[in-house]
Amino acid sequence: MSVEFSFLLVQALSGLASASSLFIIASGLTLVFGVTRIVNFAHGSFYMLGAYVAVTIVPWLLQIERSPTLFFIGVLISACVVGVLGVLMEILLLRRIYKVPELFQLLATFGVVLMVQDAVLHIWGPMDIAGPRAPGLRHGVMILDQRFPAYELFLICAGPVVLGLLWLLMHKTRFGILLRAATRDRDMVGALGVNQALLFTGTLFLGAFLAGLGGALQIPRVSASAQMDLSIITEAFVVTVIGGMGSIGGAFLAALLIGQLQAFGVLIFPKITLVLVFLLMALVLVVKPWGLLGRPEAAPASAMPEGIASPRRFRVFEKLLVALALLAAAMLPLFGDAYAVKVATEVLIFAIAAFSLNFLVGNGGIVSFGHAAYFGLGAYASGLLVTKLGMPMEPALIAAPLAGGFFAALFGFFIVRLQGIYLAMLTLAFAQIAYAVCFQWVEVTGGDNGIVGVWPSTWAASRIAYHYLVLAVAVLGIFALRHVIYAPFGASLRAARDSAPRAEAIGIDVRGHRWLGFTIAGAAAGLAGGLYAFSKGSIDPTLLGIPLSVDFLAMILLGGMQSVMGPVLGAAAFHSIKDVFMPLTDHWRFLLGASIIALVLIFPRGLGGAYASLRARFAGGAQ
Amino acid sequence: MTLLIVENLNKNFGGVVAARDVSFSLAAGEMLAMIGPNGAGKSTSFNMVGGQLRPDSGRVMLEGQDITGLPPRAISRLGVGRSFQVAQTFLSMSVLENLQMALIAYAQRTRDMLARADALFRDEALELLDQLGMADAAARPMNTLAYGDVKRVELAIALAGKPRLLLMDEPTAGMAPGERAALMRLVAGIARRAAIGVLFTEHDMDAVFAHADRILVLVRGEIIAAGTPEEVRANPEVQRVYLGTSGLRAALRARAAAHG
Repeated sequence: MSVEFSFLLVQALSGLASASSLFIIASGLTLVFGVTRIVNFAHGSFYMLGAYVAVTIVPWLLQIERSPTLFFIGVLISACVVGVLGVLMEILLLRRIYKVPELFQLLATFGVVLMVQDAVLHIWGPMDIAGPRAPGLRHGVMILDQRFPAYELFLICAGPVVLGLLWLLMHKTRFGILLRAATRDRDMVGALGVNQALLFTGTLFLGAFLAGLGGALQIPRVSASAQMDLSIITEAFVVTVIGGMGSIGGAFLAALLIGQLQAFGVLIFPKITLVLVFLLMALVLVVKPWGLLGRPEAAPASAMPEGIASPRRFRVFEKLLVALALLAAAMLPLFGDAYAVKVATEVLIFAIAAFSLNFLVGNGGIVSFGHAAYFGLGAYASGLLVTKLGMPMEPALIAAPLAGGFFAALFGFFIVRLQGIYLAMLTLAFAQIAYAVCFQWVEVTGGDNGIVGVWPSTWAASRIAYHYLVLAVAVLGIFALRHVIYAPFGASLRAARDSAPRAEAIGIDVRGHRWLGFTIAGAAAGLAGGLYAFSKGSIDPTLLGIPLSVDFLAMILLGGMQSVMGPVLGAAAFHSIKDVFMPLTDHWRFLLGASIIALVLIFPRGLGGAYASLRARFAGGAQ
Repeated sequence: MTLLIVENLNKNFGGVVAARDVSFSLAAGEMLAMIGPNGAGKSTSFNMVGGQLRPDSGRVMLEGQDITGLPPRAISRLGVGRSFQVAQTFLSMSVLENLQMALIAYAQRTRDMLARADALFRDEALELLDQLGMADAAARPMNTLAYGDVKRVELAIALAGKPRLLLMDEPTAGMAPGERAALMRLVAGIARRAAIGVLFTEHDMDAVFAHADRILVLVRGEIIAAGTPEEVRANPEVQRVYLGTSGLRAALRARAAAHG
């Protein structure tokens, strides 16, 4: 009995230690969101940079003398270095995007994530770097009859200390009081003549400092690696969303909850701790849509929404363009080589996925950050049916949209209850659950390696035949979905996006319509995923990952999310560019990140917008 | 049968009483104004009738049917149209499309995925716009209209559902004085012709006294007076609340001085 108790105690303590670490990181994220209203994806990158800088600086300092003081000075220096990087990011990027729609903000900060990833690989190389243990804290402490690392005990204290210091800062200093005021009402603080630029820069320093501190404190426990950023950022998102975005106390509470859930969840469901965490988040958001201690966002003043306005019918010129594009896609196998056909097939597949995403984002105002989940689930449905049940391609392809639609309906049931940034976070969370299941359920999904041998039926086995199959499905699918945008249902989604109270007041069931829209888009993405599985012959968890979701978002951004057909153009341009440049450079991610940022800053209406303004100019000149 | 009966509505926000035992009734074709200082609970009472807020206790009956706590969309389908304090329209659409959308919703065809939305109910939409003198603006994007015109379009949207009851939360807020009078005349005309009951809140006393058949006076969540405009105007309690005791004395002194 006593053994069991001491074991549980140690488990609870290690839960507290990870809660502390998580809180330090999440507090910075929630602070930055509270003041700037930007959800900073790059917060995970700051954490990673904190760890990398620390594994560089701290060993060097410890060469002078192996003292705990120098270790912690090293940690603090690392955090300051990262804080300065945060200031740079604020001045160079964030300052320009405070006023743009939140999807653009998310994408721009994700662009920074991509750039930092490549920069880290360039500077520190691809190998994980183990950090030094902390002098004076290397021993274990006996707790009842169990050994517990002293450093973990130190971490348990570090969280509450940071919480206390933040409280003092927020309540006893002018900067802190302004921070709290800005969290409540940013515009009012500006109207009172406070130097906002300085306030925001200071906030970013503090936020990045906390992320860097979190990372630097981890080096005795985990090696610095180039994958730390995305894994920590999803956890930090979950903590801030459960706690209530902008609430530091809420983040502390949520970190404690999650720390314990992970520590004990691992005993009960060793493989699905991640799923448990996300389920907790979904549950909290359904009961308390603004998180445990969060405050409801004031409804945004009626503003012109970003996205599709009244869709125009094709004019003769546009019909001609579509006919030309179709002709080109159909004739390609006659002129192009096998490689060109492969790329064209993929473009068509991604066009379906991007179009379905814009059906949500552009037409419905539902910003999904996890659209790849439905693409990937469609691919897995097809792949598993073919390889495990020996089904032929045709029924497996029909199952793909059914699977995508089923899971979109399941997840969407929760997702459409939320709005804005909370909604985006929940789409991300559900996508990560689906990813985790495909990654961890090795017996069925093949885990990381995925599944091979997903081949089409004999009649569609050749590249060219499969290209025509995809072409037919893509044309049918895209035009069907396009028709829905022009139909009363599509208009109702736009109405609900423009003004939910008005839509409800004329009798539209806003939530029900959004749910149906989400399901349809998920089904279309699933169809695209199924087609993709057969074109590759294999599937793996990256088909559900955040990077692919971001690729889809980049496609609609590039194509122009206010234009109905823009996403098709965006998919074609994005995939071709990726295909040409990716083999040429070792820094594809850096390039992609920089391009996304450039798109947001200087080309936010994309190719569709460029076409529309060209048309307007041409029409104006002709008169 | 009385169109709307509201019985003992109560609503608290935290410790703040926003509505206390609010009761009133409204007949078809009647214009009932709700007035009171800021924070008196006008919008709260309003939103409890429209379904945007659920009352803590009390009942709302529409032609004998209990509609308490129903969601706004259900109340809308029972024949209640409304306008909002800050106009709510579909900004990305044209004026005509706003009306078409309202008519599509009234016809319960919002889940239709086959028809072309822009081809539906054009004539009906134009007719409604014509009724409000907005037919010329049909093709204009909603976000290019002046605020007064936005309010008119919102009224047209509310009328598209052929309401028996119209809820108007400050219909003339943000409009120029001339526009206000014109809009209120329009509403009164339509309401009388179609026998629509109208419940409205308003800060502009000229509009209230010119067009209301009866007036409710709300102060701190309670109805302190109700009656015809003449009765309400003569009510000393109302005078006190609106002018304040010292304000009233000052007014009386000023009046006495003027009349020597």
